[in-house]
Amino acid sequence: MQRFANPGRFMRLSGRIMPWCAAGAAIGLAIGLYLALFVAPPDYQQGEAVRIMFVHVPAAWMASFVYAFLALASAVALIWRHPLADIAAQAAAPLGAGFTLLCLVTGSLWGEPMWGTWWVWDARLTSVLVLFFLYIGYIAVVNGFDDPTRGARAGAVLALVGVVNLPIIKFSVDWWNTLHQPASVFRMGGPTIEKSMLVPLLIMAVAFMLYFATLLMLRMRTAIVASRVRAARLGEVERMPEPHGGHPAAGPAT
Amino acid sequence: MIDALGQFLAMGGYARFVWPAYGFAVLVLGAMALQSYRAWRRQQSLWSALESARPQRRR
Repeated sequence: MQRFANPGRFMRLSGRIMPWCAAGAAIGLAIGLYLALFVAPPDYQQGEAVRIMFVHVPAAWMASFVYAFLALASAVALIWRHPLADIAAQAAAPLGAGFTLLCLVTGSLWGEPMWGTWWVWDARLTSVLVLFFLYIGYIAVVNGFDDPTRGARAGAVLALVGVVNLPIIKFSVDWWNTLHQPASVFRMGGPTIEKSMLVPLLIMAVAFMLYFATLLMLRMRTAIVASRVRAARLGEVERMPEPHGGHPAAGPAT
Repeated sequence: MIDALGQFLAMGGYARFVWPAYGFAVLVLGAMALQSYRAWRRQQSLWSALESARPQRRR
């Protein structure tokens, strides 16, 4: 793990992996969308509205998965002080916020025809809304300090505290009364969802995962190049010729 | 043909929920990619500008 966590090696490795992830995401989305919109049958109760599931559920899985990734990277950053871990966490956060927002909006669009309401303040919906605010809070905290190192550390602590929300999201549908259906894929005793819907759902989930991986690598590469740009600029300031006669730090009097 | 397309677009009467959901997915995923790619291009051009400026400074 530590061997791969060197920025130079990461740049080389991610440069090679990223195109494959991007291609996989594109193919997966194409196949997944085709199956979701044309092949999967309408639900016997929900009719065609069930097709919202194929974006809602992968987005919801990604919302939780990306947060777990963010928290893990934050833990690594706090414990081992590894620069790549902070970069990974900060690269992931906006993507996680995006998936969470997508989950909330598509869920609302699914709730209105099926439940008769856009929104209810039940445990599942509220805990996912809290997840969205955790992402936003993390991004705000990280960027809210003049010293980026302190911002990263405060953000990492927030991310770790927020982890308690993940099991609440997962089990909220079992612990409390809710309009939201219980788990039908990742549950004890196997999926209860029909195969003709499960296959497109899983393909969409894999495609979303590859999409995330691609953008995560791209964003981490961006952050590494940005830090090189910063370092090079600092180097140039130091290399600048001293103003003749004066002390280098004082500069010309005005 | 036109009928089949119309039927598909109607989504069994749920068109006004299904299509906005897919549309929003395209919007969010697209915005993520666009923002990430733009930031990458920006840093790349800053870096290459620094790279090309440096040899001249050293002389």
